[in-house]
Amino acid sequence: MTSIGSIGSLVLAQTPPSDTFYTHAPEWTWLIVVYFFVGGIAGGAAFLGAMLDLFGAPQDRPLARLAYVVSLPLIAIGGPLLIWDLNRPERFWHMFIQSETGRPMFKYWSPISFGAWGVGVFGLFIFLAAVGTLAELGHLPASLRLLREGVVGKAVSALAGLFGLFVAGYTGILLAATNRPLWADTTLLGLLFLLSSISAAAAVLILLSWRWGHQGSVHWLAEMDVYSSLLELVTLIVLVISLGSVALEVWGNGWGVLLLVGTVLIGILLPLALHFRPHLAGRMSLPSAAALVLIGAFVLRAVVVLSSEAV
Amino acid sequence: MAQTAQGTPATPAASTPSGETSFPAGTPIIVEGTPALGGSPMPGGSPPPPGTPVGAMIGTPAALETPAENTAAFPAAVPFDAVPMGFYTDTTVCIGCKACEVACKEWNGLSSYNGGVNVLSGDSYDNTRHLDGQHWRHVKFIEQFDNTNQGRQGRWLMMSDVCKHCVQAGCMDVCPTGAIIRTEFDTVVIQSDVCNGCRACIGACPFGVIEINPTNNTAMKCTLCYDRMQAGLTPACAQACPTASIQFGAIDDLKQSAQQRLEQLQSLGETRAQLYGADDKIVGGLNSFYLLVDEPEVYGLPASPQLPSRNVPTSGLMSTAGAVAMGVLGLVGLRKRRMDQFAAERAGTGQRDEEVTGD
Ligand code: SF4
Repeated sequence: MTSIGSIGSLVLAQTPPSDTFYTHAPEWTWLIVVYFFVGGIAGGAAFLGAMLDLFGAPQDRPLARLAYVVSLPLIAIGGPLLIWDLNRPERFWHMFIQSETGRPMFKYWSPISFGAWGVGVFGLFIFLAAVGTLAELGHLPASLRLLREGVVGKAVSALAGLFGLFVAGYTGILLAATNRPLWADTTLLGLLFLLSSISAAAAVLILLSWRWGHQGSVHWLAEMDVYSSLLELVTLIVLVISLGSVALEVWGNGWGVLLLVGTVLIGILLPLALHFRPHLAGRMSLPSAAALVLIGAFVLRAVVVLSSEAV
Repeated sequence: MAQTAQGTPATPAASTPSGETSFPAGTPIIVEGTPALGGSPMPGGSPPPPGTPVGAMIGTPAALETPAENTAAFPAAVPFDAVPMGFYTDTTVCIGCKACEVACKEWNGLSSYNGGVNVLSGDSYDNTRHLDGQHWRHVKFIEQFDNTNQGRQGRWLMMSDVCKHCVQAGCMDVCPTGAIIRTEFDTVVIQSDVCNGCRACIGACPFGVIEINPTNNTAMKCTLCYDRMQAGLTPACAQACPTASIQFGAIDDLKQSAQQRLEQLQSLGETRAQLYGADDKIVGGLNSFYLLVDEPEVYGLPASPQLPSRNVPTSGLMSTAGAVAMGVLGLVGLRKRRMDQFAAERAGTGQRDEEVTGD
């Protein structure tokens, strides 16, 4: 005969694998996925541009310029997406200013708070870098070239690059600073998104420049894409292993298949194969690999965000 | 984590740039867009005359408690002392009547789902199912029945769930606007006129308490009847509870009576009896704590909930390490390219020299 005690243990046998399974989903869905994607590319592009600018050769400058002018519109799209996602968008400024005291609102331990400021500061420096670039190209008054020259130019590039790295990775930390399944069960999402953002940004720049870009610069971008993809693969494997039964619970379904096919196979392994065996697709190897990387980066964000939302 | 270092004052200002009013003393929280209470704020009370402002009712504690006799003088509201206050819920005496749920919805003017059309859960006698922006109290039915058991062994566990008013509150930890404040009673309150609906608190609460209230599109949850407490009134749910399963008072007093009840149950042989959240092991302590007679997970409570910000330092370090690694790899790549270029140039020069001086 079953005792009440053992019925209690029947219930306990269904206990979820982590304390994170007792929480509610914040309903961060497609707007957030798209923001993570475009924001990540914007940040990664600024980082790559700054590297080429600060440590590259003069022939790298066209690609650095491309990186800045690509990054600016992407973050300009990302910011409004975040505002649109709020339930009360007209109060977005409450993130920056305390609505009742007028004092600045900043919490260094809350990624959504320091993230909002980080995106704002990044937006400022990438704007300056892009304005300087347009002046350099003759589309804006020559005096604004100052933003790309000398100490000022170096400072603008360095700060755009550093805050770009921040924007590329903080989104994963934002997810970790919850109590949701998967997101809060690991501390690797920030690193994963950072690496994926750099590889996606390199892919975008390759796609836009492989026909006309200086060969040395494009080759360096392809190298960065390979390094970040390899590290991303390792991080993803460590993540799945460290998640253990949580991974089974959240990804032991269609989401897991999508991650495996969309990100691991299409977004990482195939592009790596094309990099290491360029004869597979001939002249189109480089742009094909870049396009696949972009698909993988988008699927990664969609799976990470939506699979936890679905729990 | 600096739980008290929030950006907003403990006692919210009366009005805001948007013109809404947030919790001035003696005013119940009214969800934007919902009509003022039409009936009595408490079960058993007589309805106020039409048009009576809701705020006027809260200033009449005696009238609320003994409505029939007390129609003459309304004593002034006497707020509680500013000491940690909260709930002790003895789940063993809950009968699942849901009076607390009803009282909460009524007092706080919380709207119903589906325009009031009842939707049955289909797999439980509980049709509320969870806490959310419109349900700040929820009586959980834990139906422990083994369907294969011919002896029909089984039991019901009832638990009136609510915001735990955590001493280290996850919701407050992440809130980027300072909308979530700690009150003078050590309770946790969301100011709906400050909340911008980012929904970070929803995923941050380890207990799944908060959700968006569709009426005003902000995150909402139990306030531990902050408005009533400021007027010296017992929160609506505790006052409505007919079995004293929900007890309200100063946390220190509640802990004492919980301890006595625990010892009583254990001496009677209920060895599984345990207190949940009465000490500081669970997020620094819960100002709404429970007496349970099974493991917390059986009641849908996490065994060891944590603050969301716990992951920030390690995640930050990992990401920084990744950023440094990519920076170094990028530098190495650029340097190698330059070296290769030099080597090629030197080889080219050597070849030219040979050609010039050669054969
Ligand atoms: S139970 Fe959830 S909503 Fe209530 S104070 Fe704790 S974290 Fe905040």
